[in-house]
Amino acid sequence: MAAKPKQQRLILAVLALAALGGAGVLAASALGDTSTYFYAPTDLAAERPDAGKSIRLGGLVKTGSVSRSADGLTMRFTVTDNVHETPVSYTGLVPDLFRENQGVVATGSFAADGSFKARELLAKHDENYMPPEVAKALERSNKATGAAQPPAA
Amino acid sequence: MIPEIGHFLLWLAAAAALVQAAGLAGRGIEVLAVPAACAQLLFALAAFAALTWAFLVSDFSLQLVTLNSHTLKPTLYKFTGVWANHEGSLLLWVLVMALAGAAVAMAPAPLGPRFRARALAVMGLVSLGFFAFLLLASNPFARMLPAPTEGQGLNPLLQDPGLAFHPPLLYIGYVGLSVAFAFAVAAMLEGVVGPRWALAVRPWVLLAWGFLTLGIALGSFWAYYELGWGGWWFWDPVENAALMPWIAATALFHSVAVLARRDALRNWTLLLAVLAFSLSMLGTFIVRSGLLTSVHAFAVDPARGLFLMLLLALYVGGALAVYAWKAGSVPEGQGFEAFSREGALVANNLLLSCMLGVVFIGTLYPMALEGMTGQQISVGPPYFNATVVPLLLVMVVLMAIGPWLSWKRSGTAHLPARLLPAGVAAAAATVAALALFDVRSTIALLGFAAAFWLGVASVQILLQQRLTYAAVGMALAHFGVAVSILGATASGALQREALVAMRVGDAVQMGAWQAELLDVSPVAGPNWTALQAELRISRQGAEVATLKPQSRTFTRPAMETTEAGIAALWQGDVYAVLGRPDGFGKWQIHLWFKPLVRLIWAGAFLMALGGAVALAGRARVRLPRRRSGWQGAFAPQAAE
Amino acid sequence: MNRRALLLLPLLLFLGLAGLLLVNLGRPQQAAVHSRMVGKPVPEFALPGLDAEAGLSSKDLATGKPVLLNIFASWCLPCQVEAPHLEALAARGATLHGIAVRDAPEETRAFLQRHGNPFARIGLDRGGQLMLAFGSSGVPETFVIDGRGIIRYQHLGDIKAADVAVLLRELERAQ
Repeated sequence: MAAKPKQQRLILAVLALAALGGAGVLAASALGDTSTYFYAPTDLAAERPDAGKSIRLGGLVKTGSVSRSADGLTMRFTVTDNVHETPVSYTGLVPDLFRENQGVVATGSFAADGSFKARELLAKHDENYMPPEVAKALERSNKATGAAQPPAA
Repeated sequence: MIPEIGHFLLWLAAAAALVQAAGLAGRGIEVLAVPAACAQLLFALAAFAALTWAFLVSDFSLQLVTLNSHTLKPTLYKFTGVWANHEGSLLLWVLVMALAGAAVAMAPAPLGPRFRARALAVMGLVSLGFFAFLLLASNPFARMLPAPTEGQGLNPLLQDPGLAFHPPLLYIGYVGLSVAFAFAVAAMLEGVVGPRWALAVRPWVLLAWGFLTLGIALGSFWAYYELGWGGWWFWDPVENAALMPWIAATALFHSVAVLARRDALRNWTLLLAVLAFSLSMLGTFIVRSGLLTSVHAFAVDPARGLFLMLLLALYVGGALAVYAWKAGSVPEGQGFEAFSREGALVANNLLLSCMLGVVFIGTLYPMALEGMTGQQISVGPPYFNATVVPLLLVMVVLMAIGPWLSWKRSGTAHLPARLLPAGVAAAAATVAALALFDVRSTIALLGFAAAFWLGVASVQILLQQRLTYAAVGMALAHFGVAVSILGATASGALQREALVAMRVGDAVQMGAWQAELLDVSPVAGPNWTALQAELRISRQGAEVATLKPQSRTFTRPAMETTEAGIAALWQGDVYAVLGRPDGFGKWQIHLWFKPLVRLIWAGAFLMALGGAVALAGRARVRLPRRRSGWQGAFAPQAAE
Repeated sequence: MNRRALLLLPLLLFLGLAGLLLVNLGRPQQAAVHSRMVGKPVPEFALPGLDAEAGLSSKDLATGKPVLLNIFASWCLPCQVEAPHLEALAARGATLHGIAVRDAPEETRAFLQRHGNPFARIGLDRGGQLMLAFGSSGVPETFVIDGRGIIRYQHLGDIKAADVAVLLRELERAQ
């Protein structure tokens, strides 16, 4: 048992690397399983994730699309990036700043019947803030449709 | 005038930091380190006082005051508004750094004046960078003329005692770790790594760790009662930014204990000391640069991000370069046996490092992926729960065993008898959770078992005779971990939740609890109006509480917030959030019963208390100045 | 195992991380949303004005002369910061119209008294709908509209000293 310090250090280093490697594998596999990808409606039109896979859907809440069901808890609305649209249903409390024509990020998944069910809505913030993903998605769809870009100043 | 004086004092403080840093060059300048550190504190304190004064008298000619204060703000929040913003929080950061420097200068120098001067020089160098950042890129005393007649800063979310006192606690923790960082760099330069160094650095690490613990717990409690989402930890990048230095500091004082007692793990301890403060700076950088999307959004200026980035690269890169260059010449320490206290502590360090690694990867991976592929993802609680929880469970198993092993070489024959009560308690807790509370989730069952296993083992240590302060502190802190785990497990696994749309007069059943909506009425505060629901909560027919959740609308700035109604009962919290009306006379109400949830924060408080007790022990045994002070460290009489 | 190499490892890992952070800092952080309305005619609207003053309608933006349309609010700090630059624009001959968003008239008036009123006409958009119709995602924003009522240019955020010349040039180009 009484190994020499040198030898012991080696065993220790190997153990440490093994542990860190194990943690790395754990992290990598968990990342693969649990990362939620961001989609804009245009992305969904191109490629739809598997039913049940958790994603984040971002865009603007389409004006006039918000309706509530009779149970008073479920809300339906349409997320748009001005090119494509995705209908969403959400059961739960509506965040304070959820408004029509404002940015929203809905975390949820597609059901087997193809409808998108949101678990969580993030609608932030004040007038000057838009979730960065939504801003980027809108910018992308603007570019895609060739909407006029302001000339570089 | 006073703001100009404050600005000038900041320059003076920076000059003092420069003198302090010049000590690195040697040549006798190092005798100035102690007076320079004291001068830096005085100047920084006076500059901070000047800014505080501007906030208290609402001097709106300062841009910072205009943006972050308002005459209608209660005085307390005018005061805390000083650091509830980018510039002010950096001023607080340098103030705490100056405080730490002066503390090092005034405290006894067990490693001699030369070493202290070196350490102070490193601290001065770090301060200097932050002074430069403050003065060149984030001047808190910038004027705005003509002065507006009223300020903009009434953000209701920031007017809260929890948020007001969370940053100072965190900063004391972050910056306290700069002492360990400076001691590590000085030790590498001087080649004095060993037990005496470990004893000298230990109190600073414990102090910083205690404040970090309190700061994180307070932040978590604030998120719980203020955000109205019912959760207490969201694995948000900003939260992780504070958690990572905490994990590193936890690993650090455990490895410092091994170094102090057995003169082993020299290089490893040095690396951890460098890492802990580096992660603090990285945390500040992440929060301030806006690189990571977070619920705690700050306005962002890329130029500032770049400046912070340069500081980070300079200090962390510099320290790691010294490490690569000098640590190789540190003589190797002692070896040790696997079955010994130090063996258990090494295992603890490995597990904590793994935890740190997975949190680090989870926090930064989205940014790395976006940088490389443009793909936007988010890594949330499922990832962290899947990776951190198993590591934590393994660690808890060891935390109960480790203290029963003696230093150097330990027999194992005494272990079964020692661990029997903890084992019985863990088994009983599992059976009770299964049979009485109908818990089926494996993780939850393991959580209950772990809490009782560690809790009972820690109490057993406290029942021993002839305990040192260090042992009491350790047992208290471990008991705190058990308490927090129990709170987290119970509030998750035994939680009851109901999401309903109710009319006034309706009632809803949630487990043994019943909630009746008595009324929804408008109420008004100083700068807000709200709809307030009144919910009568009863348990098995007996009324226990009335909850008044609100949906508030603030004027100036226009903003809507949710105030949860929370009743703290001995069984746990009943938590209600009022949503919007559905337009047909019904109100959305989200209700939770969260059993034992407050144990989470009580446990964190116990951990910090344990740190304080261990620190008190250091203060007592340091007086004899000899290593013999440590011989009394707790070691159960092994049955060999 | 080479001990030296092992000791170098933390530094190398950190340098990798620093590189990554640097790359990310270089990318724009909060992508601002440019309006899709640039190049299109302004939406039809008619907003009330302050008190008895005439309001602002889409007709006022198609009078043959290019104008600047500034979207502001009294509760918006960058709007205060840019106020002197708006005055500078007016002093150099530009015609400015303002739309006050989600603002009470008395607060708008107090704002203009304190920070100056460079506007020829002001419309009150109390609900903020018109701001959205312009494709504007925040305040302040400034649009260049040519004489035929077509949006030519959008400036996001507050106007800084250097932007004055840019906006004057855009007005010139919109002739």
